[in-house]
Amino acid sequence: MFMEYSLGDLGSIFAMQAFAGLILFSVYLLMALGLAIIFGQMNVINMAHGEFMILGAYMTYLCSHLFQSYAPGLYDGYFFVAMTVAFIVSGGLGLIVEWLLIRHLYSRPLDTLLATWGLSLIMQQTFRSVFGAREVGVELPAWMMGSLPVTGSIEVQINGLFVMVLTLFITGIVALLMFRSRWGLQVRAVLSNRVMAGAAGVNTQRVDRLTFGLGCGIAGIAGSAFTMIGSTGPTAGQLYIVDTFLVVVFGGAQSLLGTVFSALSISQSQSIMEFFMSGSMAKVITLLFVIGLLMLRPQGLFVLKIRK
Amino acid sequence: MSSDNKKPGVPGAWDFQSPTRRQLLIGTAALAGAAMLPRSAWAQAFPTSVVNTTGLAVTDTEVTVGILHSVTGTMAISETGSVQAEKLAIEQINAAGGVLGRQIKFIQEDGASDWPTFAEKAKKLLVKDKCASVMGCWTSASRKAVLPVFEQYNGMLYYPTFYEGLEQSKNVIYTGQEATQQIIAGLDWVVREKGAKSFYLLGSDYIWPRTSNKIARKHIENFLKLKVVGEEYFPLGHTQFNSVINKLKLTKPDVIYAIIVGGSNVAFYKQLKAAGIDLTKQTLVTISVTEDEILGIGGENIVGAYACMKYFQSLDNPNNQAFVSEFKKMWGAETVIGDVTQAAYLGPWLWKLTVEKAGSFDVDKVAAASPGIEFKGAPEGYVRIHENHHLWSKTRVGLARLDGQYDVVYETADLMEPNPFPKGYQ
Repeated sequence: MFMEYSLGDLGSIFAMQAFAGLILFSVYLLMALGLAIIFGQMNVINMAHGEFMILGAYMTYLCSHLFQSYAPGLYDGYFFVAMTVAFIVSGGLGLIVEWLLIRHLYSRPLDTLLATWGLSLIMQQTFRSVFGAREVGVELPAWMMGSLPVTGSIEVQINGLFVMVLTLFITGIVALLMFRSRWGLQVRAVLSNRVMAGAAGVNTQRVDRLTFGLGCGIAGIAGSAFTMIGSTGPTAGQLYIVDTFLVVVFGGAQSLLGTVFSALSISQSQSIMEFFMSGSMAKVITLLFVIGLLMLRPQGLFVLKIRK
Repeated sequence: MSSDNKKPGVPGAWDFQSPTRRQLLIGTAALAGAAMLPRSAWAQAFPTSVVNTTGLAVTDTEVTVGILHSVTGTMAISETGSVQAEKLAIEQINAAGGVLGRQIKFIQEDGASDWPTFAEKAKKLLVKDKCASVMGCWTSASRKAVLPVFEQYNGMLYYPTFYEGLEQSKNVIYTGQEATQQIIAGLDWVVREKGAKSFYLLGSDYIWPRTSNKIARKHIENFLKLKVVGEEYFPLGHTQFNSVINKLKLTKPDVIYAIIVGGSNVAFYKQLKAAGIDLTKQTLVTISVTEDEILGIGGENIVGAYACMKYFQSLDNPNNQAFVSEFKKMWGAETVIGDVTQAAYLGPWLWKLTVEKAGSFDVDKVAAASPGIEFKGAPEGYVRIHENHHLWSKTRVGLARLDGQYDVVYETADLMEPNPFPKGYQ
């Protein structure tokens, strides 16, 4: 298929293709981080993850309108404010949901699946009633659009770069929180043995609530960032949920490092195959590959060593 | 199928026509004075026992129709506009005196973006509510789900969406375009106007984009003798298009022909723009992006693209100006009107005209009277129902503007004949 193209052409296409893979990796990782925290560290199957993302996206939409009407001079920087707002609102809702719903279900992980699925339906219909059934367009500041020419024929998308930097930043913060902070220590203690951790003086309820809130807040940031590349509508969250679970489960639910590696392998294989075959076929083969590996390693790529 | 109204034994054929014709004459005579007569007198010219012989929900003053769309679930995005248009049409018809002197009352049911629900609600509208006709459905999947219900219980469906064709039923009037009406004239135009030689076909992975691209490919290769350099499909809801965008950059087609739908649409155009493909320089033709979709995509991301439709909100004719202003008065100044919304608006009007021609609400008579019905007040301009129950209509090409509207750059001189079973294209 490449015979008719010049070497230079091919070189730049492969460079851009590699970059496309990296963008996809960042997107997958950013989607999956919030879920990895909630699913991996708390064993709660949060089917409303996508809706928390879309809540963040709608916050971005609101912020863009507020800035346009009241502070057009600061419009270029609104996106950072929007992400903060998205984090606070989604995280705050997460705290409330944990208090109202999730904390009653810790002993019944499968029931969290049903409860959060119901929650996702409620949230979808709320979005529809508040923002309307139609998709909304989120306008971006001019500097975030378009691409940077690296060489004559290689171009790098600015919003792709932005997502990559953001993902690195959030992943770094989560890693710090999990492995270097007192709170992270408590989270891991609760995960490995809830009763013992409680007996040792850890306030397990508070740890759970904060963990759930953090996971939802990160989902909000992800949703906010994805307004650059995807749609914002009441049911747009459903577009992400399957890929998100795929990444988390494939990586080994309890390992953050696993999530990173699984996002990397899924995104790269998807991106490379999409180039050589059609989008649908690439998806089929990626899924087959994941199923195959999960049959060999049901616990996912990376496993925490815990004495059962 | 739908056009065999001369077949003996089919109700609604000629043996029923003489009373019908007489009623029509009385009706025409009454029509002159109708404005001055009280409403009941209008209805008296058409006694319920005569215009309703099959037990439909028709009284001396009222007739009930159904509206069956998704107002919840994923499809609510698209179907909301259709519901709004149908309600507007019903209100206008009522204000103008109703149908055979009867005010239209509607019962609205929610298909909830779920195809079995559509079938169940359709059955409810026909069996329990006895609706004289139903305006509804949007996706082909929902239409396929209700079709057996409408055929079994002999209902009348007015279906608004442009779709892939390959279907025809006595019980359905298709007010949108079938695929050839939307595709062929547009391709001819882009070849003539842009000198296009190579095409890259893209689509979401389900029946409508696949059938449409099949027709496009046959037309490009067999009739225009040009080249298709790629054809690709993406799962519904796909949000990452960077790989295919790189392929577009490598193959450099003259025309990108895109039939991507739903949330994927937004992702596709945003990423196209981010990757530096400027649609004012690269020709892109789509048949899936109406003004409705641009709300989500954002005008700045799609400016310069061409869309092939039969209707654009910006159409400059008196019918359309009145329609747009009435629509905005009813549903708010911010709303936009896409191709399907306009087609949905035609449904109640075509039904009213057909009922008045048939002089009866009976479904068989309405179905038989449908071919040849003309609607001169359509916002898209004159339309006529073909024997195959689709509409004769023009094909137009629009150029997307920054503000999310289209400039009409081309329209066919004649009405395009609907041809749901095109020879040489399958």
